[in-house]
Amino acid sequence: MVSDSVPISRSEARAIRKSVLGPAWWATSQIVLLVWTVLVAVPIVWTFLASIKTEVELDDAWSLPAVPRFDNYARAWEQAHIGQYMLNSILVVAFGVAGTMLLGSMAAYVLSRYRFRGSRLLYLLFVSGLAFPVYLALTPLFFVVQNMGTVPVIGQFIGLNSHGGLVLVYIAYSLPFTVFFLAAFFRTLPTAVAEAALVDGASHTRVFFQIMLPMAKPGIVSITIFNILGQWNQYQIPLVLLAGAKEKWVLTQGIADISTAAGYDADWAALFAALSMAILPMLIVYTIFQRQIQAGLTAGALK
Amino acid sequence: MRYGSSRFIIGFLAAPVLIYAIYVIAPYAQAFYIALTNWRGVNATPEFIGLENFRRLFGDGIFWKAVGHNALLLVLLPVLTLGIALFFAFLLNVGGKSGVSGIWGSKIYRVVFFFPQVLAIAIVAALFQQVFRPDSGGMINSVLPEPVGFLSDPDIALWSILGVLVWQAVGFYVVLFSAGMASIPKDLFEAAAIDGASRVSLFFRVTLPLLWDTIQVGWVYLGIAALDVFAIVWVMTAEHGGPDSSTTVMAAEIYRNAFHYFQFGYASAMGVVLFFFTVGFAALALRLSRRERVEF
Repeated sequence: MVSDSVPISRSEARAIRKSVLGPAWWATSQIVLLVWTVLVAVPIVWTFLASIKTEVELDDAWSLPAVPRFDNYARAWEQAHIGQYMLNSILVVAFGVAGTMLLGSMAAYVLSRYRFRGSRLLYLLFVSGLAFPVYLALTPLFFVVQNMGTVPVIGQFIGLNSHGGLVLVYIAYSLPFTVFFLAAFFRTLPTAVAEAALVDGASHTRVFFQIMLPMAKPGIVSITIFNILGQWNQYQIPLVLLAGAKEKWVLTQGIADISTAAGYDADWAALFAALSMAILPMLIVYTIFQRQIQAGLTAGALK
Repeated sequence: MRYGSSRFIIGFLAAPVLIYAIYVIAPYAQAFYIALTNWRGVNATPEFIGLENFRRLFGDGIFWKAVGHNALLLVLLPVLTLGIALFFAFLLNVGGKSGVSGIWGSKIYRVVFFFPQVLAIAIVAALFQQVFRPDSGGMINSVLPEPVGFLSDPDIALWSILGVLVWQAVGFYVVLFSAGMASIPKDLFEAAAIDGASRVSLFFRVTLPLLWDTIQVGWVYLGIAALDVFAIVWVMTAEHGGPDSSTTVMAAEIYRNAFHYFQFGYASAMGVVLFFFTVGFAALALRLSRRERVEF
């Protein structure tokens, strides 16, 4: 290493380092970082504060509430249907992510570990979905889902304004990244265990579910977190596919609607309460799982 | 694998390929054809009109405004976000008292900085609409001597959007760059510091070249994000892209033309233009930023 060639002792080196990166540098760094911490935290804390104020108190942005008004939360939950929207979001994301992970890991496994004619082409087809802007597909997608609604028997569950239709679309649009990421992951796993199990007479399906999937757990966890956040935060697709059924809306739609359509007689206090109810669960989950969430979201960029 | 069974392969691929073909491949393929039709209205029959939509698009002032706004974001969002994030990551990882260790509190800073990233952009947009309110109820305007029309002044509104996007994105790249910096051997910084390198040259001569791969990935991510901006404009601004089209973007115009005006052909033509911008940008970014990789 370079440092070996420098003819000075360790203590001398430490002294030089201190003089180069001294206490003034340390203090400046802390101040700069604190400023950004404040910039990030203040809008969120301010929203929490505003959520327990009355309409009159909201006219003064920085006033404290005389009494905390938790009835704002009740109004947002009931009258602005935030409770319903949150439940819808949970439902759609639960099925969407479960389906994405099941189908995505199956496709990624086969495409990464089996050689057959067209395997490379199929893989490229999935991965090419990463490069396409979803806005290009928006119009035809609307009509595809509308047509799916006319399929006999199951149509009513997967057409426009249905959660089933939204779930299928979420799965389809989550597949490119999921397949891309998991295929790379499966390729790094050793083959010996799986081959031994196959020799012993285990079926391919069993090898996948009982051997390969457990071995791929770290990758599965990362990409599951990535998909949960991605589908939970989706706004554009439900805006198109659930436009005609307000009771089916997801949380992002519900909150955006209070914010945009409200006008002058809007219930701002309820909006702040709704925002707080959307942010608070994320804050709690994030605080508990921040390591996994950071790893999951940055995993794709580090590949 | 040697024991390949075609029945297993087909069984595992059937469902994902079917769903992907119906909901992703088919819509993208159709979009290019719809762009060549005059399809208007939910029940109308589309008629082939060649490149007419693109000719009309060429003279559409609002669309070019949108393209201009996307272009501005395409340049400034990566520059600001990556610049700030690199600076913070450098402070966090090389700013410690002992010179090259993590600064005191670096874990907490990273946790706080990253949080906006987990929030939905639609929710962030609704939140900042209140933060930017022009009256005494606005978080910022209530403490300013003169009210600023963060969202109502056409000259300022786009900058407010850029600000919020940077606010949300910086933490992600701080974490990303921190991970990259943590993998750079500490001896390199020590050696440079002993040799008398200043903080500025430590940053530009050591950190930056060794992080180049990660920066390149961030550049592509943020560029594509800038081309795909929608929710923040649609939710936060007046008239969904206003005032007076001063904040509108391509995605908002596509959505507006398709689902407000029901001009499906015209909206698809816009989508095709956006597609070529995206592919062009990705190709350009990867080509321009290609340089010799530093091994360590």
